[in-house]
Amino acid sequence: MQFFTDNFPLLRDAFLTTLGLSLLAGLLALVLGTVLAAMRVSPIPPLRGLATFYVETFRNTPLTVVFFFIIFGLPQIDFVVSFFVGAVVSVGMYTAAFVAEALRSGINAVGPGQAEAARAIGLTFGQSLREIVLPQAFRTVVPPLGNVWIAMVKNTSIAAGFATTELAATLPRLANANAGDILLILLAVVVGYMLITVPSAYGIHRIERRVAILR
Amino acid sequence: MTERPTGEPLVRLSGVNKWYGELHVLQDIDLSIDRGEVVVVIGPSGSGKSTLCRTINRLEAIESGEITIDGQRLPEEGKELARLRADVGMVFQSFNLFAHKTILENVTLGPIKVRKQSKADAEKRARELLDRVGVGHQADKVPAQLSGGQQQRVAIARALAMDPKVMLFDEPTSALDPEMINEVLDVMTSLARDGMTMVVVTHEMGFARRAANRVVFMDAGRIVESAVPETFFTAPSSERAKDFLSKILNH
Repeated sequence: MQFFTDNFPLLRDAFLTTLGLSLLAGLLALVLGTVLAAMRVSPIPPLRGLATFYVETFRNTPLTVVFFFIIFGLPQIDFVVSFFVGAVVSVGMYTAAFVAEALRSGINAVGPGQAEAARAIGLTFGQSLREIVLPQAFRTVVPPLGNVWIAMVKNTSIAAGFATTELAATLPRLANANAGDILLILLAVVVGYMLITVPSAYGIHRIERRVAILR
Repeated sequence: MTERPTGEPLVRLSGVNKWYGELHVLQDIDLSIDRGEVVVVIGPSGSGKSTLCRTINRLEAIESGEITIDGQRLPEEGKELARLRADVGMVFQSFNLFAHKTILENVTLGPIKVRKQSKADAEKRARELLDRVGVGHQADKVPAQLSGGQQQRVAIARALAMDPKVMLFDEPTSALDPEMINEVLDVMTSLARDGMTMVVVTHEMGFARRAANRVVFMDAGRIVESAVPETFFTAPSSERAKDFLSKILNH
């Protein structure tokens, strides 16, 4: 137990960094992903094209490369962000592509009659998306969005390579100092991630049951 | 809206053409519908009658010709079109009630979001309308908990809540079990008696005889015949209509 008491502040701070990184990146991904999904189904071709370009670019680029671009590429054009903000933006923008695709599948699953009825009572395209289509789409994509969220929480570990001391970053540091406790160190880090992902899985299941639409 | 004393038609289609690829689904359609008139559109499946109905609020775009509602040309898109659609009630074959909203919310959504009514006013009116169509006690349920006939009556209430100038019915009873057809037709008949302007695509010949001012018979994308129900059902002038009627009325 000596190991834990000695390193508790480091592990706690690292856990909170991973949690904060996950929540902020998740929020960014959800908002940006929703906008992208709306753009992809909009009647305006340039918006559709832009969103498709975004999704294909980020979905097909390794997350590490996105980090490189945000943290080392953007300063080349005098746009410097802190390592933590850079990590939030990288993970958030990358994950937004996956959120958009999950949401788009949900939008496609909403019957065309729903949008027609919305238009028939005089709602504009934006209103029918907000009031009718997206609320139903979100309900059907809770399970895949849950997958995206859990994958994203684990993807935040890439930030370890870019000077953010989150959970994964403590691994080499603690291992160097406590060579005899490798298994304990691994356990501590894995439990840290599980403290986020296991309750998430439970929460996702609860949300899924609560918002299910009777059809 | 102020009532216009002139005899100008409320809905006018002139020279309307529409294609689905090679298929010429609407061919040179001319049709005028007066205020308070109930027009029933019948014809074999694939004759274009549903498409005709859906062009009137531009759920289907047309390739040529002109459609006006209350003297105003149908806008092509955007907010103008949304505003015009608010004045044209539509009832679908498959009801299309908003699945994630309660019955009451289905009826109040348009008045609140489009007409900018207060929630209290919209709910008061919605409850009156739901009572009128006989589903007032179901207001807090969701659509899937109602029978098809009840859902369709809610759909009629939802359209009426917008105070439309004209109501379009696209085969409103075709998806219903036989015992539920009459409850919907009764609501429609009472609407017709109250002077609502209606365009009804249907296979219900009893309703056409009872409630229509005029029957329009379509075949292969054209209006073949247009007559008062009595004349149409007893002495149709075209061979195509005679043939159609002999198939559906002889059993």
